[in-house]
Amino acid sequence: MMSVIARHHEALALLRETMGAVREDAAVMPFGIADMDERLADGGLALDGLHEVSAATPTLTDDAAATLFAVGIAARAAQANGRRVLWALTRFDLYAPGLEQAGLDPATLLFVEAREDKDVLAVMEDGLRHGSLAAVVGEVKRADMVATRRLQLAAMTGKTPALLSRRWRRQGICPLAELSAAMTRWRIASAPSARLPAAGVGRARWTVELARQRGGPPFTLELDACDDTGRLALPAVPRDRAPAAAGAAARAA
Amino acid sequence: MPRGGGWRPGARWAQGDAGRRARIAEEVAALPLHQRPTMQEMGRRSEAAEHPFKRSVPVAQPQPTVVAPIPFAIPMILAEQSGQRQIISAACPAALALGLVPGMAVTQARALIPELDIRPADAETDRIVLDSLTLHAVRHWTPIAAPSGADGIWLDLSGAEHLHGGEDRFCRRLIGFCRRFGFTARVAVAGTPGAAHALARFGRDPVTAIPCGGEAQALAGLPLAALRLAPEALAAAARFGLDRIVDLLPLPRGPLARRLGLASVRRLDEALGRVPEPIVPVVPEETPVTLRRLLEPISTADAIEQVISDLLADMVERLQERGAGARTLVLTLERVDGSEQRVAIGTSRPSRDAAHLARLFHLRIERIDPGEGVETMRLAATRTDQLGATTLGATFAGDDVADVTTLVDQLAGRVGGAALFTAAPVESDVPERAVCRADPLAAPTGWPAWRRPVRLLRRPEPLVNVIALLPDQPPRRFTWRGQLHAVVAGDGPERIHGEWWRRDGEVWAVRDYFRVEDDAGARFWLFRRGDGVDPKTGDLSWYLHGLFG
Repeated sequence: MMSVIARHHEALALLRETMGAVREDAAVMPFGIADMDERLADGGLALDGLHEVSAATPTLTDDAAATLFAVGIAARAAQANGRRVLWALTRFDLYAPGLEQAGLDPATLLFVEAREDKDVLAVMEDGLRHGSLAAVVGEVKRADMVATRRLQLAAMTGKTPALLSRRWRRQGICPLAELSAAMTRWRIASAPSARLPAAGVGRARWTVELARQRGGPPFTLELDACDDTGRLALPAVPRDRAPAAAGAAARAA
Repeated sequence: MPRGGGWRPGARWAQGDAGRRARIAEEVAALPLHQRPTMQEMGRRSEAAEHPFKRSVPVAQPQPTVVAPIPFAIPMILAEQSGQRQIISAACPAALALGLVPGMAVTQARALIPELDIRPADAETDRIVLDSLTLHAVRHWTPIAAPSGADGIWLDLSGAEHLHGGEDRFCRRLIGFCRRFGFTARVAVAGTPGAAHALARFGRDPVTAIPCGGEAQALAGLPLAALRLAPEALAAAARFGLDRIVDLLPLPRGPLARRLGLASVRRLDEALGRVPEPIVPVVPEETPVTLRRLLEPISTADAIEQVISDLLADMVERLQERGAGARTLVLTLERVDGSEQRVAIGTSRPSRDAAHLARLFHLRIERIDPGEGVETMRLAATRTDQLGATTLGATFAGDDVADVTTLVDQLAGRVGGAALFTAAPVESDVPERAVCRADPLAAPTGWPAWRRPVRLLRRPEPLVNVIALLPDQPPRRFTWRGQLHAVVAGDGPERIHGEWWRRDGEVWAVRDYFRVEDDAGARFWLFRRGDGVDPKTGDLSWYLHGLFG
């Protein structure tokens, strides 16, 4: 009995070691926020996998927040290696100056406006397999398990991160309820920002929820939105009204 | 009356018939240039000069032939730089009718006609057009064709005129062809290129044809400029009083060569056919074509792909010889039943990469319908561009140069070239006009610095029940798509004026943009039409234009 269990433990330990060794040489992009990175299984966002982002409610503002989250990640990936970012969508309503203010220079963006979701997925796969891009972002309504598995394989082959932004199809069903082969799945909602002493809107704030990840538990955090380099930040804890408001300005990570 | 009577032969006052000289001068002026009597015939040894101190009876100025000015046509001229001033190099018929001639100074022309349309003369483009016309001639009319000067083409019709139904018919078709392109053409058919050149430019009719051996007679009345003489030779000939070709014919060759130069004598011989002048033809470039005839008809996709890769290997060799890269490749498959299928691919940059081109064909392969079987496959590079050797130093050193052009070609093959773009800034304050689509391989710069939302609505949506303090406070609450939002914080206003040069309605229009946050944390970009002070600037209605994250 004990030897069987001991042998099982040994086998598990061996497996964990080999899997760990495989995951070690994969590139990882940390968020720069200690609270977040230590809760992520790889210590950051895996740069050769598929990650999904979705809005928490079907409103347009949460959708904009989810988009900006993806933009921040893509911006940091593009800044790290100077390559271009491919954005595949079916309807083009992004506003380029807004993207630039989140850190993603529109000169590095290559847009593809396809007619249907399956074309968007095919274009994403082409871009991932090509291997000369910093990141590939796609906006779809429908992506089933087979498609996400193909995207994950393509991301591993091309060593390029893939970000899939899922939009709401029907009012009641969260898009993350579908099965997927993604490594991490995020749900973003916009939250009230810190009040400033003067009249004005301060830095935006989001409720960032990691709904599911491979090899770790989910968590929820409230974070400040991306600044103009695409980095998130922890909001300052308001100890006192006046100095807290002053310190709520971007504490760059 | 001067002392002594002042008699001298030819004195004007002694002539009984007053005005005879005026009438003769009138008649002479009415003749075209090449028919006027020479100075020798007029009995003059030099040009008549007016007496500097006496004002003679004004000779009736020879009226230029009155050409009716073309109504409603703005005269256009082409100006070129000649030394320090600009002169007219070409004038349209309306300008010619108004008296402007090539060689006149542009300032004089502008002073004469204020509403003149002056364009710069572009000799380079003219040459390119002439070259392409010559290439067309070589491909369609005769194998030997060359540009002659800067405004003409030589065609060697020996042996080719029967294909076009005879010389007359060919000349008429040629004039009609040029007229369809907007050119006025003059055609001359002669036994020597020099004679044809002279007759086409200085002959009387638009179409002239002279029999072999009749060059001397046909060229007799033409001026010396028709022989393509150098300007110094023309000046020397004018000094000697030689102004028609017929003057040169009886002169002995030795003294003529000494006075006008050996080149002039050679030109005369070439024109008259005594010395041959070959035309150096223009050779058109062949499109590289590779062909594979198959022993057995194939109909499977794998076999077709294999043949495509063989064809591409041959094509890459041909392109390498020329130092060119393919931009457009057309694959033609001939089926057993005689019909043809065509598949074409295009690349955004010239490419000699067989693997990349094979992948582009692979995307189109399901459009091919092999039918009973394909027996011949032909690949032609219809469009090629220069592609020199590419440096591989960077790849060997290990830094990977991220080249997106192959990816762009691949994606263009999948979704079409129009679906690929990058966002480029447009210099405009109005937000919805500030972005445009640009070529995916361009690198635009110059973005506005103020805060902008990430999603812009296609059309701004009206808001109702808005409560705001005028003139520059953000709203306290608004209702959008049936939902009430209570505003907690707001930034603004950012004033954007309309573009008065685009639409009349935007002359006074003003938009005040606010960035507001509601109690749930949602951030909006809304604007109010009007500045709240002046009713002309807007009707104070509120709209939602974009969403921040």
